[in-house]
Amino acid sequence: MNSAIEIMMILLVLSDMALLGLSRLRTCISIVSFQGMLLGVLALTMQLSAITPRLILIAAASFIIKGFIFPFLLRRGIREAGAQYEIEPFVGYIMSVIAGLAMLGISFWLGAKLPLFAANTLLIPAALTTLFTGLFLIIARKNALNQCLGYIIMENGIYTFGIVSVAEIPLLVELGILLDVFVAVFVMGIAIYHINREFDHLDSDRLNILKG
Amino acid sequence: MSFLITSLAIIVAGGLLSLIFYKSHRFSTAFGAGAAVLGCIIGIVPAVQIIYYGNTETLKLAWDIPLGSFFLQLDPLAAFFLMPIFVLSALVAIYGKEYLRAYREKKLLGISWFFFNLLVASMAMVCLAANTILFLVSWEIMALSSFFLVAFEYEKEDVRKASWTYMIASYLGTACLLPMFLILGTGSNFLDFDNFLKNISPRTADICFILALIGFGTKAGIIPFHVWLPVAHPVAPSPVSALMSGVMIKTGIYGLVRTLTFLGMPPLWWGVLLLVIGIVSGVLGVLFALAQHDLKRLLAYHSIENIGIIAMGIGVGLIGWSTGMPVVAALGFAGGLLHVVNHALFKGLLFLGAGSVFHSVHTLEIDHLGGLIKKMPATGFTFLIGAVAISGLPPLNGFVSEFIIYIAAFSGAIKMDIYPAMFLVSAIAGLALIGGLAAACFTKAFGIVFLGEPRTQEAQKARESSRWMTAPMMGLAAACILIGFLGPLLLPFMSPVTGTILSNPHSAEIKKAADYLLYVTAGSVVFLVLVAVIAGLRSRLLSGRTVGKALTWDCGYAAPTARMQYTASSFAQPVIELFQFFLRTKKHLTIPDTYFPSAANFESHTPDIGREHLYKPVFTGINKFFLRMKIVQEGRMHIYVLYIVITLLVLLFWYMR
Amino acid sequence: MPIASIINICLGLLLAPLLLGIINKTKAFFAGRTGQPLFQAYLDIIKQLRKGVVYSQTTSLIFRAGPVIGLASVLIALAIVPLGGVAAPLAFSGDLLIFAYILGLMRFFTVLAALDTGSSFEGMGASREVLFSALAEPALLIGLAAIARETHAMSLSQMLPAVSFLSPEVVLVTVALLIVYLCENARIPFDDPNTHLELTMIHEVMVLDHSGPDFAFILYGSALKLWVLGLVIIGIVFPASSGSFWFISVISAIGGLFFLAVIVGIIESTMARLRLIRIPQLLVAAGSLSLFAFILVLR
Repeated sequence: MNSAIEIMMILLVLSDMALLGLSRLRTCISIVSFQGMLLGVLALTMQLSAITPRLILIAAASFIIKGFIFPFLLRRGIREAGAQYEIEPFVGYIMSVIAGLAMLGISFWLGAKLPLFAANTLLIPAALTTLFTGLFLIIARKNALNQCLGYIIMENGIYTFGIVSVAEIPLLVELGILLDVFVAVFVMGIAIYHINREFDHLDSDRLNILKG
Repeated sequence: MSFLITSLAIIVAGGLLSLIFYKSHRFSTAFGAGAAVLGCIIGIVPAVQIIYYGNTETLKLAWDIPLGSFFLQLDPLAAFFLMPIFVLSALVAIYGKEYLRAYREKKLLGISWFFFNLLVASMAMVCLAANTILFLVSWEIMALSSFFLVAFEYEKEDVRKASWTYMIASYLGTACLLPMFLILGTGSNFLDFDNFLKNISPRTADICFILALIGFGTKAGIIPFHVWLPVAHPVAPSPVSALMSGVMIKTGIYGLVRTLTFLGMPPLWWGVLLLVIGIVSGVLGVLFALAQHDLKRLLAYHSIENIGIIAMGIGVGLIGWSTGMPVVAALGFAGGLLHVVNHALFKGLLFLGAGSVFHSVHTLEIDHLGGLIKKMPATGFTFLIGAVAISGLPPLNGFVSEFIIYIAAFSGAIKMDIYPAMFLVSAIAGLALIGGLAAACFTKAFGIVFLGEPRTQEAQKARESSRWMTAPMMGLAAACILIGFLGPLLLPFMSPVTGTILSNPHSAEIKKAADYLLYVTAGSVVFLVLVAVIAGLRSRLLSGRTVGKALTWDCGYAAPTARMQYTASSFAQPVIELFQFFLRTKKHLTIPDTYFPSAANFESHTPDIGREHLYKPVFTGINKFFLRMKIVQEGRMHIYVLYIVITLLVLLFWYMR
Repeated sequence: MPIASIINICLGLLLAPLLLGIINKTKAFFAGRTGQPLFQAYLDIIKQLRKGVVYSQTTSLIFRAGPVIGLASVLIALAIVPLGGVAAPLAFSGDLLIFAYILGLMRFFTVLAALDTGSSFEGMGASREVLFSALAEPALLIGLAAIARETHAMSLSQMLPAVSFLSPEVVLVTVALLIVYLCENARIPFDDPNTHLELTMIHEVMVLDHSGPDFAFILYGSALKLWVLGLVIIGIVFPASSGSFWFISVISAIGGLFFLAVIVGIIESTMARLRLIRIPQLLVAAGSLSLFAFILVLR
């Protein structure tokens, strides 16, 4: 079981790196959807011996919302906005991957320092890396859809973090976060639609012309 | 010690004589160069002796200067730095005799030789001085004499600007050294090095380390204190750049390492900081080198890269020292310091080669050269040896020192905890990337300058330089080859040198690395045999067959010209495009339009990132601030008296408080 | 067992060109063709050895030195990698460095020989080659560092037999090294050895002007390079025992190499060449995989 968790964590980190290095939005959405499903399975794997209805609820919610609903919304966003890939991010793709490696190193260092108990030494670093990756995407990409992806990835990180101590985090908090992101994606979806309709592009860095 | 004193006396006396006889270029050159060569040869003897026996010699005379004493100390560390100084200075003096002849009508060479000899002597004094005042005086003489040498062609605007940049950087560096020495020498009557505080607190040690890093780092040219290097080297005469880049910047490394011997056991973060600075200097140095169009500026950036490699070696050594791993500590320092010597040899060689090209073609614009190896075979082949060596490829000396740094990093990466091991693996990655990019840069430099067809009329008319210039280059090339093959024999002599720093020779660890090097040498010898066998096989196969001559295949185009060859800029373009984030190359282009375009052009230049984005804003800010401060400059006498009174009163109250 | 290691070198010298044949056969199979004979590479080399040469007027001694130094370098590399658990003749702590750098020397002179012709096409190829190899180098060395940490050894001959393929970090290293393998040997998706447009080539265009025995050396050298770099990957993937049954593990390792050649052939049949600006991204990805593997080993 431990090695299964380990492999999942490795896949999680690899998917983070892929998200940093890939430019095609559709591929990125597929990867995020993969991450969501992975985390749903992870929640169950962590507690194989003591599966509770609450756990199944969390896992199923994560699996369905992140694995299917978000990607569906985002794909629709793409269809309506017509954006296929980010043309000119603030930080280039290769630099992003290198930054990702730095974040990975920092996460491992932090993971060794944090006074947290985890079933597997990879869990906390992988969670932190995912969190940082999400933040990085929000900062470094111009496209509103990409930033939206960043939020989801960040939430994935928080979620993984929560799984580590699943007994302690109240269900309400977890669901609350999920709901937050859900609303965020929804709002963003509407915003994206309108940004696109008003300005004919999706570059959120040009929103500053609104301040007049 | 008496040998050394004699050698320094000869060098300085020669300098003075050439100043006295400045009217006759022949006499002044003879005195200056002759004394430099003679003095250097005499000086090498004691340096080699000290390294060989691993002992220390001292000389202490009273000196009538407050806090000062004439205290010289020749320990293995000093001797180790003296060797490249004397070897390179002697060869450069021989080369310079011929190189400067071209200027004999326009310039007073006696003055230049005076400063040249002064520079050599002061560099040696910097390594020998064991008293703060003596050290700083030598340090300043070194800076000043090299300033005058950089400003050789002072009638040109850019030369003057570059020399001022150098001067200012140099003083800013010294400004950090002064407080550092004062902190270290607190409480002692004479600021002799052996009187320095023995048990300094960790906080004080940290401050001293940072000050030393900035102060000595400015001289060494680590990023971000490197800005003077790429402007000063290209404008200086080639022998001077060779000397400055080959050995003068190494006095910064010497100073840093010497300071480490005062500070005791280092904390882990010193090593990490130095390692990170080394990686940044190395990678950015080689990237900026790739983006240059001027051969000497390219070489100057490579000095930054190699200083980065040296800093990486020392950083790895420090990490090993603080985590208590003697293999990593001893080999890190040994590799870094060995690279000091190796870089002196191949960088000296490359600058002299560039000088030889300039001497004959009168330009260093890489894209204006080409095909020189047929016109200047001696320059070409020695430059090739330098290029292979600086790219760190076997079987030459650059590989030997990088190999030792690698071994140190690998040994640490295999055994250490996660935190230091992560930095050591970044050292491995950094060295690998730097190695690959350096190979890219030197295939560009050598390939475009020496291979293919001449791109301009001037390059067409190139002629080989005289023997006085090629002989020193051959000497340096031979040294590169020798160290490459004799590494296993020479490495054990590093243990007294690293022993001076680590206060433990760790001979066993170094001996082990020497054993590994023995295999490397064995491989190199087999390699040479294989080359000979395959070459023999080919001439055997070709004997009696037709060996045709034709034009280069150009995909069926009928009228190729030399201008259609790939240029240095296009060769480097993919790399530059990839690392645009750091390089920020500026491009200006006129796109050819219409069906029969009449003219189109493209230029690109890469300004230094530190100069553009760090120093320029800061200095502009300072300038603005002082422009505002102009209000206090009233220009009226009584106002100034008022200032004095106010100052005195404030001081008085502060004292009475 | 020195005789075994000498036999291993001889096997490499004999069988290396066969890898090219296997790759081409696989590609032919996927394309539904009969394809060239399995031993075509041998025939090519022999044919070139028998011919005279034509040198461009522009070239100098460097051009003639390039193939010779290249072949000598790759022969040294052949003496460093172990085969089937048998220590290589030139095995010592740190031999992986001379392995990486001697291949660097080969590349340095191939590039110089290309620039020596003064052809802009060859300059183009050279320019790409130096960039891609500079990015592949860190991936290779960090990957090997991960293996070194896993096995506590710094010699390929000790590292490769000791490593077990089952841990995820070793899988990551293997993938990274496979990418490096394809790049260093100028295979698809980095470079198409069969392309006919000089403008788009990397390795092939650099050797356009070589002919006769020189070209035979280059062909043989690149076959050997395919062999030695393949041995590193096979050494990681295939377990090896260096007991008295060494020949069994040698045979299985060679079988593994042929299998690797088939994989390369499959990759070449199913993938298209990457756009040139995408290649650095793939190489950086390989480097990240290696680094991630190293961090995993560190824990």
